Amino acid sequence: MSVTSETLTNEGARRSAGTIRLNVEQASYAYAGEGEGAPLFTLEAASFQARQREVVAILGPNASGKSTMLRLISGTLAPLSGRVQLEGFETSGLDPRTRAQRIAVVQQESPLLFPARAWEYVLQGRYPHGRTLRFETAEDCAVAENALAQVGASHLRDRWMDKISGGEKQRVILARALAQQPILLLLDEPTLHLDIGAQVDLLQQLRRLAEENRYTVIVVTHELNLAAEFADQVVLLHRGKCLRVGPPAAVYSKELLEHVFEAPLEVEATPSGRPRVIIRGKRPEDAGGNDPRQP
Amino acid sequence: MRPLTFRRVFWICCALLGVLFVVVVLALKLGAVPISVTDLVLSLGRLAIGRSDQLPSEYRLIVFDLRLPRILLGILVGAGLSVAGASFQALLRNPLADPYVLGVSSGAALGAILSLIFAPNIPLITPVAAFLGAGLTIAAVYFLGRREGQLDSSTLLLGGIITASFLSAVIMFLMTTLSGRDLRGMAFWLMGDLSTPLPQSLRWVFLIGLFAAIGAIYSTAGDLNLILTGEREAMHLGVDVTRVKLVVYIAASVLTGLAVAMSGAIGYVGLLVPHVMRLLFGSDYRLLIPTSAIGGAIAIVLADMLARTIVAPTELPVGAMTAMAGAPVFIYLLRRTLR
Repeated sequence: MSVTSETLTNEGARRSAGTIRLNVEQASYAYAGEGEGAPLFTLEAASFQARQREVVAILGPNASGKSTMLRLISGTLAPLSGRVQLEGFETSGLDPRTRAQRIAVVQQESPLLFPARAWEYVLQGRYPHGRTLRFETAEDCAVAENALAQVGASHLRDRWMDKISGGEKQRVILARALAQQPILLLLDEPTLHLDIGAQVDLLQQLRRLAEENRYTVIVVTHELNLAAEFADQVVLLHRGKCLRVGPPAAVYSKELLEHVFEAPLEVEATPSGRPRVIIRGKRPEDAGGNDPRQP
Repeated sequence: MRPLTFRRVFWICCALLGVLFVVVVLALKLGAVPISVTDLVLSLGRLAIGRSDQLPSEYRLIVFDLRLPRILLGILVGAGLSVAGASFQALLRNPLADPYVLGVSSGAALGAILSLIFAPNIPLITPVAAFLGAGLTIAAVYFLGRREGQLDSSTLLLGGIITASFLSAVIMFLMTTLSGRDLRGMAFWLMGDLSTPLPQSLRWVFLIGLFAAIGAIYSTAGDLNLILTGEREAMHLGVDVTRVKLVVYIAASVLTGLAVAMSGAIGYVGLLVPHVMRLLFGSDYRLLIPTSAIGGAIAIVLADMLARTIVAPTELPVGAMTAMAGAPVFIYLLRRTLR
């Protein structure tokens, strides 16, 4: 993950040059409570914009409204007020098939009821591009092969989905999203069950894919450092409020993050210009810098 | 990468139809009065060239008036039950679902028993009442199974099981009021039996309903494949999940209701045939639905043949046969998946 300051400046220049692809404008949502009572959860009006080739991290602790924001963007929820537009169209107004041609959502996978091979799984991504009852064409297979190759998973093609590791599975799921040939890629906590190597690997892939395929990538996460390292923009949510939007260096401040994540943190600047967050231990011996295992 | 092609579906179905043909010929041949294959082929040939009047009358009676209608009924009921089973397994995302899991058979039996008690003399009332009972049950379960305006798989399953056990209790209660002859008729509804031929006037209703429902389910085969991997994922891949679930729910219920109204609740076929077909040909619904339909037909014709011959000249109800053969097959499949 070598992001030099030079590439950062280039990124900035390019970002401002691209047209806006996703426009979230004062979008809000509330889940109704029982009867006439107060709503169970409210996402207050939030706004941000994303361009092509941009990676946006929606960041926040649990119950901050990240998933609601994801559902608003993916169009499965319609905002109560405001707008969520993808290239000028309301995402919640698109019919499911058209929406799936433009937006691919990568979620925590659900357990499979009957076994499937990786290639069968990836071919599912071609569904929105055909009629309901049709058989996959040679072109669909080529797209699926290409998607597997793009995430470096060609060797997994004929393996069973329940016989591969978590990291490998995540790649196949990502390949299925690529096979949809979307313009917007939404990922819900994609690094949740991955070890640190696989996490970095995945995010590097996302960066590369955003660049090569001109995707707009939106990642919902609570991993502060991964977001800092890979995102062009961070949308910081806290208890249903959008607190700040901007590049990581502008959003990451010690006071703000400590308030949001309710943990003692340090924010360091790195030579690349991207901030790094360190968890400060609560125990006095940690604060003193001593390793407690060595007396 | 070998995606499913139309050619593959076509040839597999042809092969299965070949097996079905052999089984049908066997079923025509075997029975309390055995008939040689040569005679059978001769008489079938005569029938084919339109000279049915030249057939010996006892053949006509046994083969074409008794056995053939029964076999055809078996084919239709088997196809309907298997397709309904495969559909409910996808709809409820539960491999143990069968056509009766939502209480349709109990509803049908209750309808039948009520007609036997209150209006025993109206012609055709029993199958019609059974179908109405099935329809009312499925509507009630639908409202029990909704959560926040959506059909929720686990709520639906629970609602179905509760409804089924409640209706069974009501049936047990009502059965104490039935006389001996009617009690035997009741066994038919609870066990399943193909010996009552399809009433002439209901034949077309049955056929059209069956084919329309199978067609409707097949039109959603691609969607069902995705729903099986998860409803939210299917939604994000462009499936109109609410619509597909409603279509499949209604169509599979119609199939079950029709099958139960015609032949009582024949068990295990709708549960097992889709699983056997999955093991043989994979779980792609574009292939699974047609193969289940043909496989279900084969299974019921075979089971009915055994039921007619195994203790001839007495007959077992076909439902007893499918249960006896089905339970060991089911245990085998279960052990196999566990390993």
